[in-house]
Amino acid sequence: MFTIGDPLIILAQQLINGLILGSIYGLIAIGYTMVYGIIGMINFAHGEIYMISSYLFAIFLALVGLFGVSSVPVALLITLVVTLVITGLYGFSVERIAYRPLRGSSRLAPLISAIGMSLVLQNFVLLSQGANTQIFPSIYEGVLRWSMGSKDNFVQITYIQAMIIGVTVVSMIALNILINHTPLGRACRATQQDRTMANLMGINTDRVISLTFVIGAAMAAVAGMLITFNFKSFDFFIGFVAGIKAFTAAVLGGIGSIPGAMLGGIILGLAESLFAGLVNTDYKDVFAFGLLVTVLVFRPTGILGQPEVEKI
Amino acid sequence: MRKIFGWIGIFAAVLFGLSIIQGPVQAQIKIGVAGPISGPYAKFGEQLIRGARAAAEEINKAGGINGQKIEIIPGDDACDPKQARAVANRLVNQGVHAVAGHFCSSSTIPASEVYDEANILMITPASTNPKVTDRRLPTVFRVCGRDDQQGDVAGDYIANVMKAKRVAIIHDKDTYGQGLANATRDRLHKNGVTEVLYEGITRGDKDFNSLVTKMKGLKVDVIYFGGLHVEAGLIVRQAREQGLKAIFFSGDGIVSNEFPAIAGPATDGVLMTFGADPRKIPSAASAVAAFRAGGYEPEAYTLYAYTAIQVIAQALKANNNSKDGTRLAKYIKRTTFDTVMGPKQFDSKGDLKVSDYVVYKWSPTGGGKFDYSQIK
Repeated sequence: MFTIGDPLIILAQQLINGLILGSIYGLIAIGYTMVYGIIGMINFAHGEIYMISSYLFAIFLALVGLFGVSSVPVALLITLVVTLVITGLYGFSVERIAYRPLRGSSRLAPLISAIGMSLVLQNFVLLSQGANTQIFPSIYEGVLRWSMGSKDNFVQITYIQAMIIGVTVVSMIALNILINHTPLGRACRATQQDRTMANLMGINTDRVISLTFVIGAAMAAVAGMLITFNFKSFDFFIGFVAGIKAFTAAVLGGIGSIPGAMLGGIILGLAESLFAGLVNTDYKDVFAFGLLVTVLVFRPTGILGQPEVEKI
Repeated sequence: MRKIFGWIGIFAAVLFGLSIIQGPVQAQIKIGVAGPISGPYAKFGEQLIRGARAAAEEINKAGGINGQKIEIIPGDDACDPKQARAVANRLVNQGVHAVAGHFCSSSTIPASEVYDEANILMITPASTNPKVTDRRLPTVFRVCGRDDQQGDVAGDYIANVMKAKRVAIIHDKDTYGQGLANATRDRLHKNGVTEVLYEGITRGDKDFNSLVTKMKGLKVDVIYFGGLHVEAGLIVRQAREQGLKAIFFSGDGIVSNEFPAIAGPATDGVLMTFGADPRKIPSAASAVAAFRAGGYEPEAYTLYAYTAIQVIAQALKANNNSKDGTRLAKYIKRTTFDTVMGPKQFDSKGDLKVSDYVVYKWSPTGGGKFDYSQIK
């Protein structure tokens, strides 16, 4: 029954599955890692921002349709921009309301505030949108298949999955340029190294921090839209699971490092997919978190993380 | 002296306040209805509440129970075992006469212990795990079937009618899902079919592509899934996307109009076991008509909840509205109840004497919509 090519095809398909899952984790993880890099706190409300962007995407797409935009690409483009902006606003407001008043207090205070914010957002969506699973229409269905040998032996990737990988790569490159090669990025890096000193040198650090939250939220919105596209269903609770996985990816790659978040996401996605596909689905999360512990034992700051220098 | 008057004044005020709080409520018979009113499985909670409310209205219109009206007290457990215990405690503290609930077996089991301690009657409309009644708690009943009965029907159908050889069994590691998957697996073994894969997924996950690829590699003919509609919909959709044509078979956990919405076109041809459609039982005709007149389709568990309330009401009526769960239970075990779903009798464990599982198939009804119908 089995041909020789079979195990290889299955393995290749599992690698693709893992890569897609990893890209999704990585996109969300960037938000965690950027905020940590700049102000050293973990924004637990980030998963909720991602969840909200899924809702916004679906709502605005329906609204744009109502206003009579019949061309799908145009409708998508308008929705994309509006969703990015509004989600960015959410990120901005969360920072303004929940974190800025606590700046300068103990490290624990903003952490607790973040958990509170996450609960507030989750329940806000639950109460305003209801608990039901929301359904997203099928757009751009299609699949690329490479068959090997017979008709039923193929490796495949859907258009949307290919788009996920593409968008992830483009976002990564754009962010890298932004951080490393623009005046804005220089201000970010200065704020990260020494906030007081950056302030003295004429950088508006409050604005830099706000901007970090906006960019983080926008990345979560990109992830939220792509994932909604891919799975076509979402509910108010998706932010929790995705948030935990993305946070793990950020820590694995080295929290504070943007390439690290991406690398951590891909490793986590591959580990889960390969373990589930080749060994056992029951224990895939156990394996993924076991991997995290092992990495942290040998490299406490994650794969690409810099050891923290005590600032005096 | 003035101080004493002050104290008396406060005392009087407190007493007065208490009497206001307790006054008007006492004339009612409170019946708790517990299930997932919020959360991903809220659809099922709505079915329970709708069914229970309709039954209570009908009984109240006919004069109530021994002259007292029924009041439905909803309890939201979100299918979370911890919350289920808390909800059960709250319902007991509110002084309910009996409870129709809960929905998920994993919630019903811990909650039933609370009701047992408080000696309160509990009838679940939907929890099919054998453990619900196998622990032989005296006040626990159900008006639905059991997973081992459901698994028997599924196992026989897969082995004898479909004659499938390569079967994958997937479950969601929950009490209900795994119980159902195990029951089906045991029956398949008896019929001489050994599964090629037996694995558990995690509730809340969205991506099952690696599992699907694995099943593709194993060339399975049938995927049997023990779990609920959200994960079921995602798995069958991702299977079709990857070109896996195996027939998808599940249990009563996917009986919801959200299932075809999540699964999309992949819904076509999905099989499931469920009790013979209660809407088609002749004695349910007037209740179904009343639901439809109110703009609600009484699908899945709606009429089961209706039945649970009817059984509770009849038991209370015959026992002078007693709250004593043991006394009510003894009565229920020796009586035949005339319900919307036909006459019902219970055995000594609290299970129905006759179960009526059959196999259903989802098929398109045009316009991108799907419905299930019994396979003849």
